[in-house]
This record gives sequence, structure tokens and C-alpha cells, in this order.
Amino acid sequence: MTTFALLLFAGLALGGVYALIALGFTVIYRASRIINFAQGELLALGAVLTAWLVSAHGLPFWLAFAIGAAATAAAGLAFQYLVLRFAIGKPDFTIVMLTLGLATVVSAALDAKFGAVPISNGDPWGSSVLHVAGLGLPWVQIWTIITAVLLLAAFWLFNRRSKYGLAMRATASDPEAALSVGISLRRVHAIAWGLAGLVACVGGVFLGGYPNSVSPQISDVALLAFPAIILGGIDSTTGAVTGGFIIGVVQELTAGYQPEYATWLGQNFYLVAPYVVMIIVLLVRPYGLFGSRPAERL
Amino acid sequence: MSRVLTAVTTSPARAASIAAVVVGVLLPFWVGAYWLSALVWVLIFALGALGLDVLTGRTGQISLGHAFFLSVGAYTGAVLGLTLHLSALLWIPAGGAVAAVVGALVAPTALRLKGMYLAIVSIGLVYLGQYIFTNVSYFSGGPGGRSMPIPAFGSLNFANGLSIGPIFINDDGLYYYLAFILLGLGMLFVRNVSRTHLGRSMTAVRDGELAGAVLGVNVARTKITAFVVSSFIAGIAGAMYGSYLNFATPGQFDLGLSVQFVAMIIVGGMGSLWGPVLGGLFVWGLQSELDSLASSLPFLQGGAHTSGIPVGDAAAIVYGLLLIVFLLLEPRGVVGLGHRAALLARRRHVLSRGPAVISSVTDSDTQTHQKVR
Repeated sequence: MTTFALLLFAGLALGGVYALIALGFTVIYRASRIINFAQGELLALGAVLTAWLVSAHGLPFWLAFAIGAAATAAAGLAFQYLVLRFAIGKPDFTIVMLTLGLATVVSAALDAKFGAVPISNGDPWGSSVLHVAGLGLPWVQIWTIITAVLLLAAFWLFNRRSKYGLAMRATASDPEAALSVGISLRRVHAIAWGLAGLVACVGGVFLGGYPNSVSPQISDVALLAFPAIILGGIDSTTGAVTGGFIIGVVQELTAGYQPEYATWLGQNFYLVAPYVVMIIVLLVRPYGLFGSRPAERL
Repeated sequence: MSRVLTAVTTSPARAASIAAVVVGVLLPFWVGAYWLSALVWVLIFALGALGLDVLTGRTGQISLGHAFFLSVGAYTGAVLGLTLHLSALLWIPAGGAVAAVVGALVAPTALRLKGMYLAIVSIGLVYLGQYIFTNVSYFSGGPGGRSMPIPAFGSLNFANGLSIGPIFINDDGLYYYLAFILLGLGMLFVRNVSRTHLGRSMTAVRDGELAGAVLGVNVARTKITAFVVSSFIAGIAGAMYGSYLNFATPGQFDLGLSVQFVAMIIVGGMGSLWGPVLGGLFVWGLQSELDSLASSLPFLQGGAHTSGIPVGDAAAIVYGLLLIVFLLLEPRGVVGLGHRAALLARRRHVLSRGPAVISSVTDSDTQTHQKVR
């Protein structure tokens, strides 16, 4: 029971990270109907930058975190202003491939600068735990869940209550109609990319907490958030968050129990378990739990 | 009149093909050992890119799962060639055949989904493939990988080279000619397919799936066939890739490999016959060129200096940037640049002769213009 509770808690923490990454995918999808394949690299950029500012420059963690998040959001914005701005109206394929180009460049640049040697992310919690009801809950997981929930709530408020949230929802529902009532698509895209960068950095930093560490390869984790967005439905922010938590819990429970109870599944099954869930979902409900089936017209 | 014009418009293409074959056959005698090996890689990668182009460039389906089909081909080759000691005449085509069968099994599920969804599922394929191959060590040798067979056709063993009279062709040369022949056959096959009913259905699916379906194109069957053809070519490229490397680990067939193929077809030019070849030449040629320059350029890692940017990263930065630049400025890739240059040259030529021929020039150019979705 203790093991189960600990795994569940770890799953919720991991799920919080996935929910943030999935949110990043979803805001961009809603703004421009494309998957941002550079989300993982934005995550790595934020995490590596934060860790590097702490370890190499001795900045306090919170300051480094703030700078990292701002820089990652700025990187997203810069990509929007320098590249994607010129691709508005081009086929989806072109825009997706542009993000893949960004992913290639950022990943190679990070690898060239920081290599494959992992660095500690420099958070103040380390491996310390909070003892509650006979359970030792790692502080880093507690803070992951708190931050993720706060950030998701803030996004919900922004999306529901602010002028720009309204503009984003209008764009998601019909870009041309939104344009015709005076919404600046360029600004909506910029907000989406800035937000995606911000949540990517937060996700990356918490992902790098104990027992993990930070290296440019951390970007691979973003690919594990794909099952979350498929599960939830690519165009639904509620779906992305729900999917993120479900996939996180599934992955931690698999990692905890599979080596003991299903050894025949071999090594590292927990890394593909989210994809197995994804394929089952796709077979049953191709557009996810909360997603909308795309309508087509000639 | 029209026949003459057809001959005029097609003969430069034919002449170019013949020239490419002649240059291709003679090239190994001209370049050194370093570039010969680099060219073998170019040909193998061009073959893989040709396969991806069938699916992405010609049918418009975004796939990042190409590396998976290469791994299926490579490990099929390994099992048949090394474990069962079969001839290369068998294990190379079998690599393609097994990849095609796997493609046919995966396609109906994957292709229920459109656009972005397919791209995501194809990433899942790469991960599942790596997981399966890491765990099923009979095929793959486990995480540490396994050695790959060296092609042998009867008494001609690639390891020993080949002597024809005074000419000796070493193993790199033999790999070069084998890859050259396979790429040539692949291009011929793709060109012929593109001129059939299937090829036109593929174009219809790419340029307007719903419109095609309304006009009677069987969209599902067309996509599945494109997927199978693409996997088949990928499987053969995978068998060659593993064999030329002499070794294959599940880790090699990662998402990065898939992305390289995507970069090749975009930089080279999607939906064109020579695009994948130019893309392979470009992406792999860039890597090799940087490799050979590494010891003399201070900002690159290599030779005496251990600091600086690793060559693989430098190449990735360059082709990532080129991917962006081509997508924004010339979505038809290097092939598109060629068309532009040809158009410019012909327009100049035509203007100096009078207006009568202009219609035929614009006709042929609208045909080669590919709409990319």
C-alpha cells in the first residue's frame, strides 16, 4: 500500500510535468493547427539554462529559474517573429517542418555547448522528503504538483477571463472569422509561442529534479507527452491536462510494478507504456477523450 | 509539331539521366577512399529518402517513423544473412519485403489518422520499435547490437573485393556499385509508379484528399499502398545501412535518423525524382565535408583540438537552418532552384527568338511545379 501511494504520488508529479508540456503543445495547436515538434527542445533549453546558471554562475535557484523561463519564452517568441511570421497562410506541412527545423538547430546547439554530461538542476530541495502519515514524499514532487496546478489554474483564468484568452479561443474556433473581427493573429500566435516556451521551461526544470538530472537529452521526455495530448484530444486544453496526469500515473505505476509482476515485458517497458495507451485510445476514440472530430469541407 | 516539342522538352532530362549514370559509374575511380566511403553513405541515404518521399512528398503523409522501417530491414538482413547464412540476393530484398509487410500491418491503424496525428503515431512507432528490438535479442542482439552480414553473391564476396583484369575494386567500391544499382532501380520504380493510376491517386490524396475521394480515388487503399512502397524501399536501405556499418544497434534507429530523412527530402525537393538524391548528397555530403575540414577549422572539434563544436552538431545546425530557409523561400528544394534557373535560362533564350514557343515552355513548367501540402 505504501509503495502504491508513493508511486501514485510520483505519478501525479510526473503527470503535472506532462500536463504542462501537453498544455504547451495544445496552445500552439489551437492557435495555428500544428504540432510544435520543438517543444521538447524548448524544454531542454529552459532546463539546461536554469541548471547552468546555478551551477556555473552561482545564481540563486529562483533567480536562475526566472531567467530560464523568461529566456525560453523569449526563444519561442523569437521563433514566431523571425520565422513563423513569414509562414502564415502556408500549408500546415510547411509550418510543422519549420518547427522540426528549429528542433534540430536547438538540439544540436545545446549538445554542442553542454554535451551529454548531466548537470544537477540546482533546486533547493534535493532529495529531502516530507513525512506524512508514514509516507516519505519527496519535496521536489510536492513542489512540482503545486507549481503545475497553480500554473494550470493561472492559464485557465487567462484563457477564460482575459481579453487575450478570448482572442485565443476565437482563433482556435475559426481563424478567419477571428481575423475579420479585428483579432491580431500575429499577436495570438506570439502569445501562444511565449506561453509554450514558459510552460516548457517550468516542466523541464521540475523534470530535472531528484532523482533525475539535466542534460540536453531531456528533450526526449516531451515526446512522451504526445500520448497525453492524443489521450486528451489535441485541441482541448482540459484534455491535455487530464491526459497528462493519466499518462504520468500510468508510467510511474508501470515503472514500479512491471519489473516485479510482468518481467516478460522486458526492460524499459515503462517508457513505451504511454505509447501503448495511446495506440489503444486511437483504436477506440481516434480524437481523444475531449477532442473534436475535424469537419472537412472542399 | 507536338511530338517534336515533347522530344525537345524531354531530351535534356534524358541526357541528364545518362550523364548522371556515366558520372556515377566513373566516380569511384576518380575520388579518394574517404570520399568513396562518403558517397556510399550518400547513395544509401538517398535510397532511404526516396522511400520517404513516396509517402511524404508524393502522398502528403507526414511520417517520422522512417527509422523504424530501416531497422526492420536491417535486422531482417542480419537474421537471414548471418544467422541463417543466406545469399545477399535473398537477404537484401527480404529486408525490404519484411519491412513492407510490417508497413502493411501498421498502415491501416496509422492512416486512420490525418496530418498531425499521423506524425505523432509515427513517432510512437520509432519508440516501440526500439523497445522491441532492445528486448528481442534474437533479432537485434539486444541493446548492445549485433554485427551485420557483408554482401556475398556466389563467389563474389564484398570482403575480398573484385578484380576485373587490371582493375581492382575494393569493398567500398563494391558497396558503392551495389548501392548505385539499388538506387537506380528504386528511382526507376518510383518514376514508373508515379505515372500509373496509383501515382496519380497519390498526387490526388496529397493535393486534396476529400476532392480526390469525391472523384472516386480510393483514399485508404492509396495511402496504404504508398506506406507499403515507402517501407519496402526503407527496408532495403536499412539492410544496406546496417551492412555497410557492419553493425546495428537499436539505438541507431532513433528519431534523429527519421528527422535526417525528412530534412533530405525537403532540402532536395519533395515529390521529385532527383530531390531525395540531391538531399542525400547535401545532408551527408555536408557532414563528410565538415568532417574532413574539422582539423583545419578552429571552431570545429577534430584532429588536434578537442574543444569546439562536434562535427555532427555543426552539420545538424546547418541542415536545420537550411530546412527553415528552404521551407520559407523555396519549398521545392534544390530541385526547385534548378527549375528556376532552367526557367530563367529558357525565358531568355525564347525572348531572343520570338514569342511562338513561349506556350510550350510555360506548359512544361506548370507540369513540374509541385504543389506541396
